[in-house]
Amino acid sequence: MSADPLLEIDGLVTSFKTPRGTLRAVDGVSLSVARGQTVCIAGESGCGKSVTALSVMGLLPDVARVESGAIRFNGVDVLTLPAAERRGLRGRALAMIFQEPMTALNPVQAIGRQIAEVFAIHGTAGRREAREKVLALLRQVKIPDPERRYDEYPHQMSGGMKQRVMIAMALANRPELLIADEPTTALDVTIQAQVLHLLRELQRELGTGIVFVTHDLAVVAEIADRVVVMYGGRVVEQGGVLDVLEHPAHPYTIGLLAARPRPGQTRHAGHRLDVIPGTVPSPLVRIDGCRYQARCPRVQARCRTEVPALVRVAQGDAHAAACHFPDGGLA
Amino acid sequence: MSDARPPEGARTEVRRTEAIPLTTPLLQTDGLSVEFPVHRGILRREVARLRAVHRVSVEIGAGEVLGIVGESGCGKTTLGRAMVGLVETSAGTLRVEGRDVAALSPDERRQLTRDVQMVFQDPFASLNPRKRIRQILEVPFEVHGLAGGAERETRIRELVDLVGLAPEHLDRWPHELSGGQRQRVGIARALALNPKVVVLDEPLSALDMSIQSQVLNLLVDLQERLGLSYVFISHDLSIVEYLCDTVAVMYLGRVVETAPAAALFASPRHPYTQALLDAVPNPVPRRERPGRPLEGDVPSLLHAPTGCSFHTRCPLAEARCRASVPELRVIDTTGLHQAACHLL
Repeated sequence: MSADPLLEIDGLVTSFKTPRGTLRAVDGVSLSVARGQTVCIAGESGCGKSVTALSVMGLLPDVARVESGAIRFNGVDVLTLPAAERRGLRGRALAMIFQEPMTALNPVQAIGRQIAEVFAIHGTAGRREAREKVLALLRQVKIPDPERRYDEYPHQMSGGMKQRVMIAMALANRPELLIADEPTTALDVTIQAQVLHLLRELQRELGTGIVFVTHDLAVVAEIADRVVVMYGGRVVEQGGVLDVLEHPAHPYTIGLLAARPRPGQTRHAGHRLDVIPGTVPSPLVRIDGCRYQARCPRVQARCRTEVPALVRVAQGDAHAAACHFPDGGLA
Repeated sequence: MSDARPPEGARTEVRRTEAIPLTTPLLQTDGLSVEFPVHRGILRREVARLRAVHRVSVEIGAGEVLGIVGESGCGKTTLGRAMVGLVETSAGTLRVEGRDVAALSPDERRQLTRDVQMVFQDPFASLNPRKRIRQILEVPFEVHGLAGGAERETRIRELVDLVGLAPEHLDRWPHELSGGQRQRVGIARALALNPKVVVLDEPLSALDMSIQSQVLNLLVDLQERLGLSYVFISHDLSIVEYLCDTVAVMYLGRVVETAPAAALFASPRHPYTQALLDAVPNPVPRRERPGRPLEGDVPSLLHAPTGCSFHTRCPLAEARCRASVPELRVIDTTGLHQAACHLL
């Protein structure tokens, strides 16, 4: 692991006020991202993966707030920065792309000018220079015929093109860290492959650190260097992508991987898919101990009383699981 | 010429034995097309017709699962809707147990529609939010005037049990159920009238990962227990490979390749199928990153390319691909593997 991480999240707790009480969407999450590294945050809806991403960006909705923890970017805790300084980071050193490029773009402004706005806000390019820079960005994200596209509106573009525009906008000021929240979920599979390929290429060129939020473990396998698996607001497993996907230690990760057919598996060959029973518990319900206990095949008395800490499950790397009875545990 | 029906080959065998009822396909489309009018201007004049499904011929036997795959706009959902009579067809025939649906009287048609039912993609949008689950499951019986009173209640209780729900769910509202439970209600509703074929339109894609396999296993169990046939419409190729006997790959309204699932996944022949399979993220992490993906976007149906509709993205395209539409034809010795490509 790098001694000097680009991003370090330490014990992050983010809660939401709801009519039925306060809920902790993110409950003590720690992770770090090195320069040029891709870290995937994986999990199902409601696990806190997007809220973790929004906490880093400082884009939480009004009903949400960070209760405790630190988010260090280049060693500085951004949570302690004055609002203006934090705003200065966004769109410059820190950038984000979203799941729905259709709703994230302004429908009544031509895309060239939308991208150019990023330079205007941060004063990083003059008007004439901005146009040249935007065209260069459109070329960089492989948008064909950029001069013509510059004056087009979002509705004239396909979903894949719009996501490229979002990526161009995010990369305009050469951010050190890019946060991508399910950026390929709304796209068709051949377009998803294009966007993943583009992100890998740009990362190699620019050395950007990437936090990639996804529900799809196959996408994780394609793009991640490291993976953080979340469940119920907590990290249940993390490690290098090969370690976690080939030797999962937490019963939840094991269950998710076994619930998907692998290439070549068919029901006719007698393969039956494993099932994770039950559903994700509501975050409003107080659960003592491990949040996965009601669905876990290994549950024991201890799991109902004691929250498992994230501990190493393999020697020599940073593969850890939050389980009292992990696979391949060192205990 | 370009519009000629797919060649014989695989189908000649079926046709020869058509007299024997056992081998008549349960559901068959023959050159089926669906067109939608495109309106423009303040007078909403029809300015064009969009061919969502173009001369598709597929068939399903009893107890078989046919997968229909392709990306958004390829026509797979419209084809599924045409199979259950939710959209009008503009050409071709739809046969259920050998009978041409268009030639039937309204009464006979209603009978027949019981045999082919549908499960929709979004379990949040496909259940009436103002009706309790019991009322939702009563609708098919009301529409078809079947099973009244106590018999209906017995049947509804059997249905919820069949899909793994409890009797107390009958008194709940849709918003009180999870996504997986709602999809089970959608499946129960489709099974209410003992159909022979169920068209499943992306039945898993709105569900969370840990819930998908629960519903998929239920679909497998029901199919085996009830001897159902499925038309499984999906963009999720891993699940299609797992579940289906036969697969049809669609691109811009046409079937470009069809084969038994094992053959299609082991040796895809059409360049589009190859690109599609290559693009599927591999759940087994590789140290080697994959090569260059397919370039470009799916063209609009309103400006469909001339010749082979895939030529604008095909790495192998030649002059003839731009000039003429390739026919779907048999490309292997079993007669079951067909593809529409000039280069094969």
